[in-house]
Amino acid sequence: MDVLQLVVSGLANGCIYGLIALGFVLIYKATEQVNFAQGDFMMLGAFVCLGLTNAEFLGLPFWVSVPIAILIMGAFGYTLEILVLRKMFGQPQVAVVILTIALGFVLRFFAGLIWGHEPVSLESPLAGKELRFGGLVLGMDEVTVILVTVVLTLLLYFYFNRTRLGVAMQASSQNQLAAYYMGIPVKRLNSLIWALAGAVAAVAGILFASKGSIEPSIGLLGIKAFAAAVIGGFGSLPGALLGGLIVGLIEPFSARYIAAGYSQVMPYLLLFLILVFRPHGILAQVHSKKV
Amino acid sequence: MRTVFKTSYDADINLFRHAPQAGWYAALLALALIVPFMFDDFWIGEATNMLIWAIAGMGLMILVGQTGQASLGHAAFLAVGCYANVLLQEKLGLPFIISFPLGGLIAGLAGVLIAIPTTRLHGIYLAIGTLAISILADDLIVIAEPLTNGVIGLFAPDIQIFGVSINRYAQPDMFYWLVLVVTVLVVLAYRNILRSSLGRSFAAVRDSEVSARAMGVNVAKTKAISFGISAGITGLAGALMGHFAGIFNNETFNIIISIQLLLMIVIGGLGSIHGAFFGAVIVAILPQAIAISRDMVTNALGMSSIAIPGLETAIFGAILIGFILFEPLGIYGRWIKIRTYFELFPFYRRDMFRRQKSYLKTERMR
Repeated sequence: MDVLQLVVSGLANGCIYGLIALGFVLIYKATEQVNFAQGDFMMLGAFVCLGLTNAEFLGLPFWVSVPIAILIMGAFGYTLEILVLRKMFGQPQVAVVILTIALGFVLRFFAGLIWGHEPVSLESPLAGKELRFGGLVLGMDEVTVILVTVVLTLLLYFYFNRTRLGVAMQASSQNQLAAYYMGIPVKRLNSLIWALAGAVAAVAGILFASKGSIEPSIGLLGIKAFAAAVIGGFGSLPGALLGGLIVGLIEPFSARYIAAGYSQVMPYLLLFLILVFRPHGILAQVHSKKV
Repeated sequence: MRTVFKTSYDADINLFRHAPQAGWYAALLALALIVPFMFDDFWIGEATNMLIWAIAGMGLMILVGQTGQASLGHAAFLAVGCYANVLLQEKLGLPFIISFPLGGLIAGLAGVLIAIPTTRLHGIYLAIGTLAISILADDLIVIAEPLTNGVIGLFAPDIQIFGVSINRYAQPDMFYWLVLVVTVLVVLAYRNILRSSLGRSFAAVRDSEVSARAMGVNVAKTKAISFGISAGITGLAGALMGHFAGIFNNETFNIIISIQLLLMIVIGGLGSIHGAFFGAVIVAILPQAIAISRDMVTNALGMSSIAIPGLETAIFGAILIGFILFEPLGIYGRWIKIRTYFELFPFYRRDMFRRQKSYLKTERMR
């Protein structure tokens, strides 16, 4: 039973990593840009929802503020792309990485300025409730996290592979110039994908805030999610979730069976091994470059 | 503009392009030498800090600016250099003059070891791999507590060179000159690497791996050597940083330092020694500038002193965003443009340094 409990809480944590990783992968799949600030997007999403819900701020009902927070983060992503990222069009990948790292610094600062640096918790109806299956006690929040993540991953997967818009996004990332020739509005698609990533980040943030308290530095979780995305295979949506789950599971188990200090090390050790032996992740998307 | 009439092949790779250029650098060196006579101890310390960051920046610049491999993990090599240097002095009793280069060498070897698997990666994967190294190094220092004293940290002893004892607080001017000597040596080494065939193969790998391979450059080996040299120089900077800080632990070399190092050389200007120095000036001056301007604001408004946590990194980030958007070549790039404007006056055109428009093409198959 103990092990099963560990598995469920690990899965729930892993789903959060997976959701952040989904945001990375979405942007990467459509624009080949890497958004290092995705973790900070999640932090911002959590704080926006908190600002709408909690009594000391706006005090809206939770189920009203969730869609509003998702919309706000979507709009935020859209505007950010237009104002900042569009200038990086066609520039090297690493420049975007550095830009988004800097962006993360700035976002963290403003979140701290508005909501403070003390840990606060979201007044969520999910927190504190329990579901019982026989002897197994599961937190309502953990079950919700897992369900929402799986549904969201499936939705996004079908969106990319079955809808016109999704295919157009993939096309524009594979060859921008050719996509332009086919009449795809590449720039608008880029804005849309950043909006989508913002919305996904908001979902991740709200779920994370339901599980515990939040502070501006939780954006650094993004680094772990990044490891998750690479373990799964950068550019693959199911891979992102898979990587997130692996990282989520490896942490509690290594803390329990090796030593507490190792739970921080193991995900990165795994990441390093994966990079060495299977450089493009478990569900690889890259093959050797053709000239 | 001075045009050099090249009469030999050496003219392309000479250390200085023409005599006046050598004169300017000699003047700069002379100015750097007399800094301790002009400022008080506090500013000597700040200048030393700047030089140490410049050495670290040059280390990373060889990898990022010359070979085109982004690394987010160079704090790990700072840590290796720093711990190796101090441990060799404390545990083996070696003098600084031996332990310091050995520290750099050990960091360099660590770099080569890490480069062997990671050179297969490129672009974003390399950045993530090195990021993992930085985080692992942080945790390994804590785990290897018997050697590194974990989170409590180690004390750096006073430096002993030829019977002269140098402490950062007691003899700031001596410490400054020591760091200056190391800086000059590193600059010379850096320049000479660039003038050699190794430096040219670095540039070939940076500009196009495929064409470099076609030209007969061993890409994996070149990357590994670049990683090694880069880590070695960074290790030297780390050793100096340890003596400068006096006491250090795993937090001294955390992931934020790695990121800051990379951001620093981007602000300074990638691909030039000048860039490492300009970036270091920003990193060293910024905290002081913020403190001074905050005092001025609070005095002017008559308030008590206010502290805004994270302001420093936020301003650093904002400066960086500004540079990437409006001046991707960094401070050095801006300086080149201004200089060209005056050299060509009145013939400078606005689009002279314009980038060629490029479109993205992925390597993914699905």
